[in-house]
Amino acid sequence: MPKPRTMAKPGKILLEVEQLEVLFKTRDGVVRAVNKLDFSMVSGETLAIVGESGSGKSQTALAIMKLLAANGKARGSAKFYGRNLLEMTATEINEVRGEHIAMIFQDPTSSLNPYMTIEEQMLEILVRHRQMSRKDARLRALEMLTQVDIPDPERRIRQYPHEYSGGMQQRVLIAMGLLCQPELLIADEPTTALDVTVQDQIKRLMRELKEKSNTSILLITHDLGVVAGLADKVLVMYAGQLVECAPVDEIFYRPRHPYTAALLKAVPRLDHVGDYDMHPIPGNPPNLLNLPTGCPFRTRCAEAFDACHEMPVVREVTPGHSLRCHLDGGALK
Amino acid sequence: MLNYSLRRLAWAFPTLLLLITVAFFMIRVAPGGPFDSEKNLPAEIEQNLNAKYHLDEPLVQQYFRYLGQILRFDFGPSFQYRDWTVNQLIAKGFPVSLSIGALAMLLSFTLGTGIGTIAALRQNSILDHGLMGFAMLGISIPNFVIAPLLILVISVYMGWLPSGGWEWHWRNMVLPVITLAMPVTAYIARLMRGSMIEVLHSDFIRTARAKGLSEITVIRRHAMKPALLPVISFMGPALAGLITGSVVIEKIFAIPGIGSFFVQGAMNRDYTLVMGVVIFYGALIILFNFLVDLIYAWLNPRIHYK
Repeated sequence: MPKPRTMAKPGKILLEVEQLEVLFKTRDGVVRAVNKLDFSMVSGETLAIVGESGSGKSQTALAIMKLLAANGKARGSAKFYGRNLLEMTATEINEVRGEHIAMIFQDPTSSLNPYMTIEEQMLEILVRHRQMSRKDARLRALEMLTQVDIPDPERRIRQYPHEYSGGMQQRVLIAMGLLCQPELLIADEPTTALDVTVQDQIKRLMRELKEKSNTSILLITHDLGVVAGLADKVLVMYAGQLVECAPVDEIFYRPRHPYTAALLKAVPRLDHVGDYDMHPIPGNPPNLLNLPTGCPFRTRCAEAFDACHEMPVVREVTPGHSLRCHLDGGALK
Repeated sequence: MLNYSLRRLAWAFPTLLLLITVAFFMIRVAPGGPFDSEKNLPAEIEQNLNAKYHLDEPLVQQYFRYLGQILRFDFGPSFQYRDWTVNQLIAKGFPVSLSIGALAMLLSFTLGTGIGTIAALRQNSILDHGLMGFAMLGISIPNFVIAPLLILVISVYMGWLPSGGWEWHWRNMVLPVITLAMPVTAYIARLMRGSMIEVLHSDFIRTARAKGLSEITVIRRHAMKPALLPVISFMGPALAGLITGSVVIEKIFAIPGIGSFFVQGAMNRDYTLVMGVVIFYGALIILFNFLVDLIYAWLNPRIHYK
């Protein structure tokens, strides 16, 4: 299917987020969910944003799609092929959504419209963006359903979401997202709401799709297993800020930020049964309404010292590896 | 589905029987009778009347006689409107009440869902507060206040429409329909606003927006159906109430509907008339609740009646 687009040589900058801030007006004051975040993605690349609940990773994704809740506001810029998504009008962003950037969400059951058949929900995308006839759109939809391993798609496409299992619903959502072959797929915790066995299917499916298509994936997750299998680059967020960003191997084998190291250590391991202790990170994520001065992680950090009362700046420790910490991490393992 | 419909229909009979039984004995328990008046009738005349209408029989015998009549769809003669049977009274008055009630419901539904949707889309704006303020007024001002006000302004000052009376002409319908529709519109608007706001916050609406659909398409294709469900379930019983007429409106606008029979029949101990309208109203409620269930199943694919 030919597609008019400003394509997509590998290595070209696809998404460039600069000084992104997401603010929510609440009764108790303004919550800064994302704080001066910078990152970029090149075409074909998969970037994973990881962090605890409330670290701002989902809000980052929603801000890029201009899907923030009504009391939310995004500042800074998120340039997609050079055009700032945040400044787009409703009409302009609607041209991008679904066609160039697709998004799939955490809970597939509530993300599909229970009152419409799968067919209606898939076809409307192609009719909207490709002006396809219903017949052609249907063929394309069936082809996508086959690609995501929906058995008997001819029959299944006429069914309603409640007739699908959770894993199949998520696969349908992935198929829906990829209908227009978007340059960027944003997956917001795509496996969190699913059974462990089904999670595995979805992970495998996403890996396959990544290899087959040229679609870049912005993966929001706290599942480090998904990250390891899928991501090229990892961005670790804490309290709305970038704390570390590096290629996936660097993050797993040479983490430099104490928070990243603690996250990795907190993952339970099956190969240490018996004498194995859990290593949770002590304390709770900070209240975004009342952040400590300086580094927001310092109250939970084993390495904290006097300088941590000053906010560290992000610096590049080695090419492609940025870090927000006064230590250079060399000592941390 | 057919199976379910038949079963629902079958259940209507015991329900109606219970309604008939309770109503039959309750109205007879009430002190006084249909032929009591300030002047005492001569004993022979009263006896003759009672004999003619079988009121001298034991109550249980009267009850079964009445059930027999009902099976032949015969509600018997009215005690108060001599020369009229209850069937004739209903046949004459119901088309009037039906047309006014149905028009009022049509108006309330279109206006109410429209206003509710607009208010939901502009949630907490001045427009929203204004519309909901008006809706609150519409609910809280009683129709016996609205009706005379409308008559005063539209009929007396402006002279645009008749102040009352009945002909089969739209001019005679406008004011009663508006009066009847006002509180229902307001109620539907509030209901619709609430459910639309709730639906607009659901995940599948976010998915629809992420597809790049315009806001209008999102509302029309994705949000409308689920938002309408609570309105539909309100409308069934409400419609039964509207088309059986309103005493107040029939009195104020001098409309020959069947609404006033409910009150007059009870006041006059017109046993057959009371029974007639109660059974009629009950049957309509059962019917409309059934229709609402069918519409529900049609709107919501997750519902399967077995």
